Amino acid sequence: MADTKALYQEVILDHNKKPRNYGTLGNASHKAEGHNPLCGDHLSVTLNLDGERIDGIAFQGEACAICKASASMMTASVKGKTRADAETLIQEFRDMSIGKLDLNGHHHLGRLAVFAGVRDLPTRVKCAILPWHTLHAAFNSIASTSTEAEDDPMHAPIGNA
Amino acid sequence: MKLVEPALKPQLASTFNVERIRADFPILKLKVGGKPLVYLDNAASSQMPRPVIDRLVRYQTTQHANINRAVHYLSETATSEYEESRRKLQCFINASEDREVIFTSGTTDAINLVMHGYGRKFIGAGDEIILTTLEHHSNIVPWQMLAEEKGAKIRVVPINDAGELLIDEYEKLFNERTKFVGVMHVSNALGTINPVKHMIAFAHARGVPVLIDGAQAAPHMKVDVQDLDCDFYAFSGHKLCGPTGIGILYGKAALLERMQPFKGGGDMILSVTFEKTTYNTIPHKFEAGTPPIAAAIGLGAAVDYLSAIGMDAIAAHELDLLNYATEQVNRMPGVRIIGTASMKAAVLSFAIDGVHPHDVGTLLSQEGVAVRTGHHCAQPVMQRFKVPATSRASFAFYNSMAEVDALIAGIRTVQKVFS
Repeated sequence: MADTKALYQEVILDHNKKPRNYGTLGNASHKAEGHNPLCGDHLSVTLNLDGERIDGIAFQGEACAICKASASMMTASVKGKTRADAETLIQEFRDMSIGKLDLNGHHHLGRLAVFAGVRDLPTRVKCAILPWHTLHAAFNSIASTSTEAEDDPMHAPIGNA
Repeated sequence: MKLVEPALKPQLASTFNVERIRADFPILKLKVGGKPLVYLDNAASSQMPRPVIDRLVRYQTTQHANINRAVHYLSETATSEYEESRRKLQCFINASEDREVIFTSGTTDAINLVMHGYGRKFIGAGDEIILTTLEHHSNIVPWQMLAEEKGAKIRVVPINDAGELLIDEYEKLFNERTKFVGVMHVSNALGTINPVKHMIAFAHARGVPVLIDGAQAAPHMKVDVQDLDCDFYAFSGHKLCGPTGIGILYGKAALLERMQPFKGGGDMILSVTFEKTTYNTIPHKFEAGTPPIAAAIGLGAAVDYLSAIGMDAIAAHELDLLNYATEQVNRMPGVRIIGTASMKAAVLSFAIDGVHPHDVGTLLSQEGVAVRTGHHCAQPVMQRFKVPATSRASFAFYNSMAEVDALIAGIRTVQKVFS
């Protein structure tokens, strides 16, 4: 429970209130829709690849603070990076969210480590991961993805009667 | 078949002592993250009092064997306790006969039983089934499956902005093809108490049977199936201080007898050859296989417990909690109550401006307050109010006014974090 407090830190609340790179890119080379049917969170990620480099990226959608802040900070941190570097961040972010990443060890997450608290809130892990999952789908030209999709490494039968 | 009186006489509302009642619930002493647990997710599942826990322990330690089979002592004891529990449930809902009470795994199982046992036999192509916008998915999906299989059609009763069924519209939906009505007694998402007695009488005047989903009503008010004159009434044990994995379907004996079995297996037969099987009489026809015996006996203990307090006293205390909570929330700027029916059970669905329900739920949990956030398995209701989800506080008779205050303080904390 102590980590819950840590989760709603100023930086997350700030990105929720004033999301960076919010909107859609008109001439996107890659895009995907992400959906969490458990809570209705829905967002789109559009991006432009200049060769292997992410030239521009934006997100848009309705989501909880954790999801929105995660999307905002994700766009800020992958912009200008190569696709391979972004994929590394996606993997590290997922691992951190489920408690598989040693934050004291070598990683590239930087400020994204503020989301580490979700590992103690299993029902909120999907909120934090949805933007990253959607970015991964966009890279791989998967038009839409869901936190409940079979290809989702986080797929788990959390009750949704 | 005779009615069994509850073990203790119901008490008067004026003697309602919430602190004494709370002492019966071991889990209410729990601390969550160092704060006292404030459990306001009773519409999802209620907590279990010591007498029910003790009953389960006594059954497992001194009475357990399989039922309806062997002639040895334990089997006879377990069978008689199981059937005694059925009579307690009969008394609890005032059914005229104990064989009208079928043990199921819960409300969902009970509705599926009616869909398979009644629907698949008596509803055909072009027939119409009336449901309401308020229904829980468990009273929508089985009927959609039936409609798809048979080529039948679902008609839906709309609601107004308060979350009340439009009864004029309900009445207009009837025609010569109407074959079945399914409606919830109390809305799990909004708390609306539906005028089911009137709806049943209207349907019966047109020869249409009615199933009532009583999952949210049976724990909170006196239910009298003979007075309602419903054809089917379903509810779950775990929302009524009983164990999970048990619930009941009440059905009128004449209807149950005409229905086909839902599940095949042991106990539901009189004789079996590879050429022909003769089904058992009701209720056994619908209880194939070994049932959750301990859970059924625990449910009997739970209705004894509730009856001793008195369903009227329970309803009165919960109405006090709802009125107090509603008054407090209405005074808070930036908080909107969703579901403002004139007749409501103690369910308070709300939205906080600018804060997603999942963030509300996580932050309230940090304060020790347990509420449900999400679509409450009632997505058509969410669509009607144009929200993806709500936060829902749902009260039980063991909740106190101080716990309402904790909820209000928690909402203020959420607003402060997001200010």
